[in-house]
Amino acid sequence: MSVRAFLGGLLLAAGCAASAGGPPAERRSGYLDMGRETRAMQDDDTVNPATLWVLDGEALWQRKAGAAARSCADCHQDARVSMRGVAARHPAYDAATGKVVNLEQRINACRVGQQQAPPLAYESRELLALTAYVARQSRGMPIAIEASERTRAFLEAGRATFMRREGQLNLACAQCHEERAGRRVGGSVIPQGHPTAYPIYRLEWQGLGSLHRRLRNCMIGVRAEPYALGAPEYVELEMFLMWRARGMPLESPGVRP
Amino acid sequence: MTTRRQFLLLAGGAAVSAAVQAELPPEIAAQRHAALQEAVRKVTGGAPVRTGRVKLDIPALIDNGNSVALSVEVDSPMTEAEHVKAIHVFTEKNPQPYIINAHLGPRAGRGRITTRARIADSGSVLALAQLSDGSFWSDSVSVVVTLSACSEDGLT
Amino acid sequence: MARVVVNVPKQARRGEILEIRTLAGHNMETGFRRKAGGELIPRDIITRFSCRYNGVEVFSAELHPAIAANPLIAFSTIATESGTLEFLWTGDNGYRATVAAQITVA
Repeated sequence: MSVRAFLGGLLLAAGCAASAGGPPAERRSGYLDMGRETRAMQDDDTVNPATLWVLDGEALWQRKAGAAARSCADCHQDARVSMRGVAARHPAYDAATGKVVNLEQRINACRVGQQQAPPLAYESRELLALTAYVARQSRGMPIAIEASERTRAFLEAGRATFMRREGQLNLACAQCHEERAGRRVGGSVIPQGHPTAYPIYRLEWQGLGSLHRRLRNCMIGVRAEPYALGAPEYVELEMFLMWRARGMPLESPGVRP
Repeated sequence: MTTRRQFLLLAGGAAVSAAVQAELPPEIAAQRHAALQEAVRKVTGGAPVRTGRVKLDIPALIDNGNSVALSVEVDSPMTEAEHVKAIHVFTEKNPQPYIINAHLGPRAGRGRITTRARIADSGSVLALAQLSDGSFWSDSVSVVVTLSACSEDGLT
Repeated sequence: MARVVVNVPKQARRGEILEIRTLAGHNMETGFRRKAGGELIPRDIITRFSCRYNGVEVFSAELHPAIAANPLIAFSTIATESGTLEFLWTGDNGYRATVAAQITVA
């Protein structure tokens, strides 16, 4: 199947255009629903608390690790050049494993394979810091996820998760974040669910967190058993969500309430 | 897919804690209000506090009470003879009334501070400035604290 | 990781008002929260912040549990002479973080 036919298939399977994220002009970042002060917090690195993690990530980038005693910089040199656009393309196909990996997993694959160091725990301060630092290099760049034969099965699986009712409340992602996006739950506007700013400094968390932590939060919200952080189900959903947000500028590391 | 009515019922279940606004029991609210008065009295020593010259900038509707950006600006020439000595910020309904006590002087150039506070509940936030002539000036803003509709599970 | 970061202009004109922003990586545990089992989590906060300009304290603040995690403190000081601004955060459980910034005043 050609890429075009495949994308058409995604649209048809989803039943409506909205399930593919809507026309680009109607895609709306949750950033726009935040108060002026919270937006200002994201916009200015000198007051964005995520800066603390980005600077930690910068230091980790330079630090030699593992049996190979090699730093990220030893292979990739200046992240400001070499990592530009990388976060906008993840999750991406990994030829070595024949699977898709997100940015956290790509960093850990380097740690294990190249540095010969144990992988960093998902959601650990170190992994969040490196992810934030790498993602920062793509800020403002359009999200561009590969939709091709080799990624098709993963995108389809992610879309299926997005559309599937789950938990005791029997709700699918799409019921809130497509059908009712823009309406309110309590005082909060329901966002369209575009993961344009991860990892985010969430005021609710009082710290930086990954998209998987946020997805876990949603699953607990609908009273479903959450997957483990880094689980293939989350990576596929992440890939579908990023594809759905294609063309939107990356904001990482963002701030959300 | 669900009907709108079913969805609202379900969403209501998902957001049990999503009362639009946080509120304290009245007796605790009264205690905390008294604690605020006492905290202010400790700073002023009972001297009169006038309204004016101080501008507290804080959003009236707060997205999340865990981190609320606030600035206090005091109208003062900031000279050796006439300047701001201290800026204190208090809140009415937290377990303790204190947010910050900042000490500045003529070398600040401008009588202004910015920080981010935790505000547990809807109520007033008070900024109090102590000037070099011994006078006290204040501004207060009534804020509404909203809770996140999809709250996180408990501490881990 | 006890990282702190300050934003100070590297160069200024004498008499210029410098806007200074600081962030400190700290959870600011209030002492009012409980674990799932009901056990109180002890207070662990930054209690004091100060800025010295060539050895003279030009700004200080006492912080309380109502300061948000990863505290932001922004203030101003007049550029008087070239030299060093030293920032110091101290708090519960022996917390101490410092950073210095150089400034050239013309």
